[in-house]
Amino acid sequence: MVPVAGPWENHHIADSRIPHAPAGLTRSRDDKVIAGVAAGLAHRFGIDPLIIRIAFVVLTIAGGSGALLYVVGWLWLPREGSTNTIVHSATASRGDVSQTFAVALLVLGGLLLLRAVGLWFDDKIVWPVVLASAGLAVIWRQADDEDRAPLRKVAARIPFAEHLPPFEVRTGRASLLRVAVGVVLVIGGAGAFLATHSAFAAVREGLIATAGIVGGVALIFGPWWWRLAKELTEERRERIRSQERAEMATHLHDSVLQTLALIQLRADDPRSVAGLARRQERELRNWLFGGESPYGSDSFNAAVERVSQEIEELHQVAVDTVVVGDCPMDERITALVSAGREALTNAAKWSGATTIAVFAEVEPDRVSLFVRDRGAGFVPVAVAPDRRGIAESIKGRMSRHGGSAVVRTNLGQGTEVELSVPRAAA
Amino acid sequence: MTPAPKPRVFLVDDHHLFRSGVRAELGDQVEVVGDASEVDAAIEMIGERRPDVVLIDVHMPGGGGRAVIEAVAPVHPEVKFLALSVSDAAEDVIAVIRAGARGYVTKTISGPELADAIRRVSEGDAVFSPRLAGFVLDAFADQPSGQPVDPELDQLTAREREVLRLIARGYAYKEIARQLSISVKTVETHVSAVLRKLQLSNRYELSRWAADRRLI
Repeated sequence: MVPVAGPWENHHIADSRIPHAPAGLTRSRDDKVIAGVAAGLAHRFGIDPLIIRIAFVVLTIAGGSGALLYVVGWLWLPREGSTNTIVHSATASRGDVSQTFAVALLVLGGLLLLRAVGLWFDDKIVWPVVLASAGLAVIWRQADDEDRAPLRKVAARIPFAEHLPPFEVRTGRASLLRVAVGVVLVIGGAGAFLATHSAFAAVREGLIATAGIVGGVALIFGPWWWRLAKELTEERRERIRSQERAEMATHLHDSVLQTLALIQLRADDPRSVAGLARRQERELRNWLFGGESPYGSDSFNAAVERVSQEIEELHQVAVDTVVVGDCPMDERITALVSAGREALTNAAKWSGATTIAVFAEVEPDRVSLFVRDRGAGFVPVAVAPDRRGIAESIKGRMSRHGGSAVVRTNLGQGTEVELSVPRAAA
Repeated sequence: MTPAPKPRVFLVDDHHLFRSGVRAELGDQVEVVGDASEVDAAIEMIGERRPDVVLIDVHMPGGGGRAVIEAVAPVHPEVKFLALSVSDAAEDVIAVIRAGARGYVTKTISGPELADAIRRVSEGDAVFSPRLAGFVLDAFADQPSGQPVDPELDQLTAREREVLRLIARGYAYKEIARQLSISVKTVETHVSAVLRKLQLSNRYELSRWAADRRLI
């Protein structure tokens, strides 16, 4: 026995309830017009295949039983050199049975619909065609390429054959239910037609039949459409993702890479390198986490951050800024931020410290701002009276707005300026 | 100066440059017993070498610092964790602290300051950077609407608030102690209490704050 490779060879669980073909009855491999059924029969009985073929054609024209018989032979007879038959493989998997049933009902529904429209078929033709179609569906699913070849030739002549779905019915509760509902709809459609029978005037009934068939088709083909739609969504998501990646690459190039290039150019100036790095860090952080204040860019929080950044850039020092809470800007708070800016400028210019800490807090009744450095410190009385920075820009400004300014400093231990204003009654 | 033995430190960070940088910065102030660049290797080596303190990056592939802490802490409760981060989202930092880290510092911290933080963590104290202090103040801010479920855990005392403010202002523990006329040990007690609240509080504002602000 010649081993034949084919997908259905894997289905060894043949259903014993289906009788095997009589020994020696096979389908011919070499001498065939469609699947070799006629030639196989002819070889077995020692007659000319042509006679069998003519018999099939005649029977097909006269009532359609020829086609049905041929399909039965295709399903039931093993191919020459093999023992497995399509029908045995098909019954091994439940999905094929329900699918076959569904196809049969679809064809039945379609034929009944055509009849409703006016194309008349003899009932003697309808049933064989329905059963033959079901058989062909099984062949398409279960057969190997050799058996499918004739069907492919037919399919190739259908203009959109490539778009036919890879017809697949999975077993399982959901698909069984689906097929069951499809069956009910198709039967309903057919039933609606039969109820009106020749009463073509009742187009309404025909519409119901159509709806039933459409519903059945939707249920059977639905999963395939759904999968297709899902793939499309996935593809679009992937496209958006790659777009975002491109945007990020652009941003990194414009900011980070440019800064790195600048840093390399100024490698001999540590202060400006540190300043560049700080600025880049701040910018990148804003871009990554960009927390927008509920008060917009006009909030206290944003103003303090902005001032810190300005001082960093102007004087090339690091300003560590921590702001707790937030509130909208008003006249007093603007004064507070301006005084804070002055304190920061002093610290950056005179303290010699490389890092300045800024802490600002919004409390229910007041807003405070602390500027601290660990630099040289100073002796307040030693500041020349014509230097108006602390006296005017800080203390004077704060007291004009009902706030306070305290400067704590010690030579060699740095300086802290504490500023606060009461909050305007809301 | 107490002749305390040098803390044994283990580094976990996925950037090689950073690990060698930290080693150089720390110099001989601590004993670096090993380093790892990924979560699984870190868990295994920490189990073998039992360091006093693990310096751990908040952001790492494979679950980040949090995954390492969650795997090691139940088995080796004596190992302390100190989280290091550039400037991460608040929810990540808070997750690492709540997983069991004893503190959080930014990567821009100077060598001596880092060594000091390691020593403090190895002694069982908590370490707060100004940013983390600001974050806690913000997260535990009094909300007139939300009544705390557990006042013991969901609110800061006035003293704890004062200590956190000073940390946020850039004060060292010694300076805070002087300012408030208390001992350094008391400052450390307050900070540890805040850490405990941060780890155990179910305060709704904590997560909401982190999600809103997304930045420490």
